[in-house]
Amino acid sequence: MDIEDPSFWRAGAVSTTLVMLVVLAFLSLDSMRYIRAGGINVPPYDVINRHIDYQYDWNRRADVPVIGAPEPLFGQPVSATEAAALMRTGKLVIQSRACMDCHTIFGNGAYYGPDLTKAWLDPAWSQIWMPMTGKSTREEAMVAFLMHPDRYPTWTRAMPDLAITENEARATVAYLKWLSAIDTNGFPANFGRSMR
Amino acid sequence: MSVDTMPAAEPLYRSQRLALRYFTAAIALFGVMIVFGLLSAAYYLFPSMLFNTLNFNTSKIMHIDVLVIWLLMAFVGAVYWYLPKELGREMAGIRAAEITFWVFCVAVALVAATFLLVQYGSASEFTLWFINQGRKYVEAPRWAAIGIVAILLVFSWNVVGTCVKARRMTGIMWVMVLDLIPLVVVYLDAFPADTNMSTDLYWWWWLVHMWVESTWEVLIGCIMALVLMDVMGTSRRIVEAWLYIEVMLVLGAGILGLGHHYFWIGTPQYWLAIGGFFSALEPLPLLGMVVHAVYDAGMHRLKTNNQPAFYWITAEALGNFIGAGIWGFMMTLPQINLFSHGTQWTVSHGHFAFYGAYVCGVIAVMYVARQRVTGVPMLAGRTWRWGFGLLNLGMVGMVMALLLAGMAQAFYGRAIGGSTLMAFTTASENLWFKSGMYARMLFGVVFAAGYVALVYDLLRSPRRAPAIAAAPEPA
Repeated sequence: MDIEDPSFWRAGAVSTTLVMLVVLAFLSLDSMRYIRAGGINVPPYDVINRHIDYQYDWNRRADVPVIGAPEPLFGQPVSATEAAALMRTGKLVIQSRACMDCHTIFGNGAYYGPDLTKAWLDPAWSQIWMPMTGKSTREEAMVAFLMHPDRYPTWTRAMPDLAITENEARATVAYLKWLSAIDTNGFPANFGRSMR
Repeated sequence: MSVDTMPAAEPLYRSQRLALRYFTAAIALFGVMIVFGLLSAAYYLFPSMLFNTLNFNTSKIMHIDVLVIWLLMAFVGAVYWYLPKELGREMAGIRAAEITFWVFCVAVALVAATFLLVQYGSASEFTLWFINQGRKYVEAPRWAAIGIVAILLVFSWNVVGTCVKARRMTGIMWVMVLDLIPLVVVYLDAFPADTNMSTDLYWWWWLVHMWVESTWEVLIGCIMALVLMDVMGTSRRIVEAWLYIEVMLVLGAGILGLGHHYFWIGTPQYWLAIGGFFSALEPLPLLGMVVHAVYDAGMHRLKTNNQPAFYWITAEALGNFIGAGIWGFMMTLPQINLFSHGTQWTVSHGHFAFYGAYVCGVIAVMYVARQRVTGVPMLAGRTWRWGFGLLNLGMVGMVMALLLAGMAQAFYGRAIGGSTLMAFTTASENLWFKSGMYARMLFGVVFAAGYVALVYDLLRSPRRAPAIAAAPEPA
């Protein structure tokens, strides 16, 4: 064995790479069981018909979503097919308006606006935007805000008007509600618990 | 080729002339990237600037997409530069390569015009095909992404075809040829619009991580190996052994290091341990590169006939280790990442890593090409030092400023703030955060001044000076 011989290291490079690729392939197959819609950590799309909460789990030592009693979005239960169609539109809104080039989802994206992972659960909707928009529910306030965000600024970094239609806004709200029900291993940290 | 035999008047291969075109386009786009970087930084200080006309997201898209494109152009140029030298013949498919260069330039201009003038569309497939795909780093509409695949395929044919026609394979070329497979295949993930954000991001990270933290690292490793033989006269045996070690460690740690992106996207908990462990190993190959660079510098007692290239190679090794390795490790353990992820801390790491790992390396190649084109036996002088000094000072300053801002966000926004909109706002109004943003802008201007000095130095006629006789290299 000559460690100064390049062929020794070539063999190491090839074998290490192959082993790691095989391990990654197995882990990826297993991860799909968790992250497909309706999987272990990601709920089915029609979870938007239920109440969603986020509570600290002492066994996990992390915040976890808690799926509760029926609470249809906009007061109208939707079928699994209708929920999937809403999600499709909601995701297209997020991509077509490049939302993640200002915001983050699961902490991924850009950092100019707040993270949207648990946006559905943010107390600001009831504390700030429901009174501001004059709407009586969180989802109606979210739709009003998304359609004309520049009319309801709360800070110097306001959201621009991206010509989001009412149908697009409703689908986006549905998407944000579904996102909040995903088990993200406790991210974002301490959500909703200010220690000040 | 050793430094004392540096040719002064050998004609260039066609592929080397094409490489010069790629370098020119790359350096021009480097400037565009800086302009939009400064603009993006300015939004944090003047949030109402260009509101509803040119919003932050468009500026940010321009900044990061142009970064990817100019580096890709510089890589292609570097490979086209060294291919005939490494294999002793003109590149195969040179005509196709020349055509794709212009196609590449026109496509980049069209995409930039679409981003700036159209910006966004309705929630439809049409928008994804012709306006914006809205996925970070790969926002370019699908037609342009197909174009990039075509360009990468032509590039792959150039490399593989030249090896075949030359009937010669070196160790460096084997690594490069095999690296072309993930370079093309992984990019195919730029097209899907998966409804499920968890699966979408799972595969998107294959693209972003495998390109940036694996495929590109290996490609720049090959390029640096060629530069080291060229500038320092390092023996092929040493360079190839180091390249294999680097590949082994980069891919050995980096493939499962992918796990540090799988902490919070809905993936199982075991990724916290796997991602944390392998991320901790990721600085190792980069440390190896530093050892390699210091070894080579010591062998030559810091004497070289191309001072700028030599210093940029050293900056690449150190910048890659500190920016990608140390800065990455600092925030990738899950216990820290829970608070640091998605803050300006990430931006600090991103800037340092891209700059250290890639920008410094491709600038070194440009100086190699400049010496060859101008035919000066000794490339030295003072002007290049201004570019080198200001760019490095600007980058380190930006990185520190962003780290300051990111730590304020992690502490005030996440740890004690509660991660809500109000917590985000409060952290962003914190004095530490705002000071960081002002300091980032200031050092961004310093970086831009360094770019001006770099371009000036690359374009001006070099001062002629006698060459240094190289010390004999042990085999």
